[in-house]
Amino acid sequence: MKENDVIIDIQHVSKVYTGKKVLDDINLKIKKGEFVTLLGPSGCGKTTMLRILAGFLAPDEGVVLLDGKDISGTPAHRRPLNTVFQKYALFPHLDVYDNVAFGLKLKKVPEQEIAARVKKVLKLVSMSDYEDRDVDSLSGGQQQRIAIARAIVNQPEVLLLDEPLAALDLKMRKDMQIELKEMHQKLGITFIYVTHDQEEALTLSDTIVVMNEGRIQQIGTPTDIYNEPVNAFVADFIGESNILKGRMMRDYRVAFIKHEFDCVDAGFGEDVPVDVVVRPEDIYFTTDPAKCQFKATVNSCTFKGVHYEMWVDTDTGYELMIQDYDPYEVGTEVMLYIDPDDIQVMKKERRTNTYPARVVDEGKVEFLGTKFACDTAGFAEGDEVTASIRFEKVELLDNVEEAELVGNVVFILYMGNHYHLTVKLENGENIWVDTNDIWDKGDLVGIRIAAEDIVLQK
Amino acid sequence: MKLQFKRSSWAGPYGIFLLLFVILPLVLVGAYALYDGDGHFTLANMAAFFTDPKFSDSFLLSLEIAIENTLICILLGYPAAYILANKELNRSAVTALLFILPMWINALMRTMATAEIFAVLGVRYGKGTLLFGMAYDYLPFMIYPIYNILSKMDRSYSEAAQDLGASPATVFRKVTLPLSLPGVMSGVMMVFMPTVSTFAISEILTNNKIQLFGSVINEQFNNLMWNQGAALSFMMLIIIGLTTVIFGGDEQVSEGGLV
Repeated sequence: MKENDVIIDIQHVSKVYTGKKVLDDINLKIKKGEFVTLLGPSGCGKTTMLRILAGFLAPDEGVVLLDGKDISGTPAHRRPLNTVFQKYALFPHLDVYDNVAFGLKLKKVPEQEIAARVKKVLKLVSMSDYEDRDVDSLSGGQQQRIAIARAIVNQPEVLLLDEPLAALDLKMRKDMQIELKEMHQKLGITFIYVTHDQEEALTLSDTIVVMNEGRIQQIGTPTDIYNEPVNAFVADFIGESNILKGRMMRDYRVAFIKHEFDCVDAGFGEDVPVDVVVRPEDIYFTTDPAKCQFKATVNSCTFKGVHYEMWVDTDTGYELMIQDYDPYEVGTEVMLYIDPDDIQVMKKERRTNTYPARVVDEGKVEFLGTKFACDTAGFAEGDEVTASIRFEKVELLDNVEEAELVGNVVFILYMGNHYHLTVKLENGENIWVDTNDIWDKGDLVGIRIAAEDIVLQK
Repeated sequence: MKLQFKRSSWAGPYGIFLLLFVILPLVLVGAYALYDGDGHFTLANMAAFFTDPKFSDSFLLSLEIAIENTLICILLGYPAAYILANKELNRSAVTALLFILPMWINALMRTMATAEIFAVLGVRYGKGTLLFGMAYDYLPFMIYPIYNILSKMDRSYSEAAQDLGASPATVFRKVTLPLSLPGVMSGVMMVFMPTVSTFAISEILTNNKIQLFGSVINEQFNNLMWNQGAALSFMMLIIIGLTTVIFGGDEQVSEGGLV
């Protein structure tokens, strides 16, 4: 990327809200004319980032450069950026013309030029002849067009869009997506778009920035993000996927669902635990025993419009999702194979829960703000140690009163034969749990860890 | 036989109340106004409102005081409501309570207390003390509807204005103020109308030195001139009614709350 192509350069931006880090060291360069989407679930920090760019919030740390100049101290009304708000925020006391002309009038643009520019921009959003209408009399889609017109009439260098289509119905949303894309091409300015809708992001963007918990997870083109997710979160968030525990046997050879497969990844080392992603449309049925890599039994088959979605039980006890144009009846034994190209191997983010701990007494160790019973043989009181607990050894309880720790299930990943849960504790720390039980996102759970499952290390 | 109540029959008791204590008195006021003491039909009582300077002057004075009081309430109340509604300027709910708290105490008692304070301080009774007492009594009625509309106003309006290049002062002038006008209108109605007809405050805080229209009407009834009193009340009712139509014609006024 040439430096002079960069219009926005976000460097080490962090933001803390009521003790919670909503943005954690964000670094992002955005090119002139690019359509960039900040994508993530609610609460991932994407809207906060957009508000920092617009100037409604100041970062606690880091700087934002626009055309190479630090704009951190520039108030919102002096920034050459314009925003399209989620709820449109059209001024209800002004008609369509005055709404669109608002910015130009403030800049003391001559009346005649204002009229010409408003007319032109209303034509661009297909809202000519609506100048005198009351904004309240417009439909949601029409209001959104006016909101876009009101922003782009100022000819900003960068247009910020905060979930602009979230309030529209599906059909209208699809139409507006196409129009936005066309508008972006016509105007040639930079669009920074915030959404939680992965499909929207894949459709519209040149570049997608996937965010979670205040951090950037992955930056890439839609195809990169879809085909080569860097971690389980991205793989799960973008599209449907089978995410499985695996083991890199050696370069170009990976084992998962208790079978070995050829793959195109190398450089992980030998016999290294990894995560594997296989998209459901990349598992193929075959009748040729020579091509078959593993067998499975169809346990459900649902028509989804274009394709059928099937769940199969493999001969080794894993459940996989497959999408195919042809249905297979429930109970059918099928032969399956996966192309080496379609196996995405990811470095494991973590293999076990580890926390800094302190031995407080014989047989007692303190971490996560709680004292746990555990074998402290070989350690003295006051020793600073590391406590690790295997994912499957963390016990989840319905009854929070009996538990040593309490938290909320914030993320659930189905790994083919068990669930991998992220539980956010009351103190903000995460604990990861492997379980066969079904929990829902948002469930309040108690956590208990048996003494023998806590392993201490210096 | 089963007793069956229609939903509308629940309105019955209140209907009777309305009839006895609102409709009937209005009819009586109208009737008294149009007859003289001997029971003959006359328009003289009504005409006296325009011809007798005692009546017309005190009415004009009442209007003047009411307008001044309303302006004072807007000037004091708007900034107060703005501060209360702004979460950055006002971080506790207690402040809002402190502004509304005087409304919990009877206006008459507050007025008498004010009069005592003026007496202790040696302030001379007059228009100044009258306006002070009125503003003190009616300020919460101005603050509340404005506060109500400002605190419910979507933050994104002012952000959108900033985004389009408006400085904080311009945001206020071009967006916040126009959008809060329904609240101001609501406050104006709740302050202006009762101040036109007030008499207790002027009696207590000016020692009857300043006679407002309400006091004049009160005087008629005290002197057993029921027909004249009724005619003056009737005129005032019409004028207040007209004010309501003029200011209240805008349906947005109801957004301000209370009305």
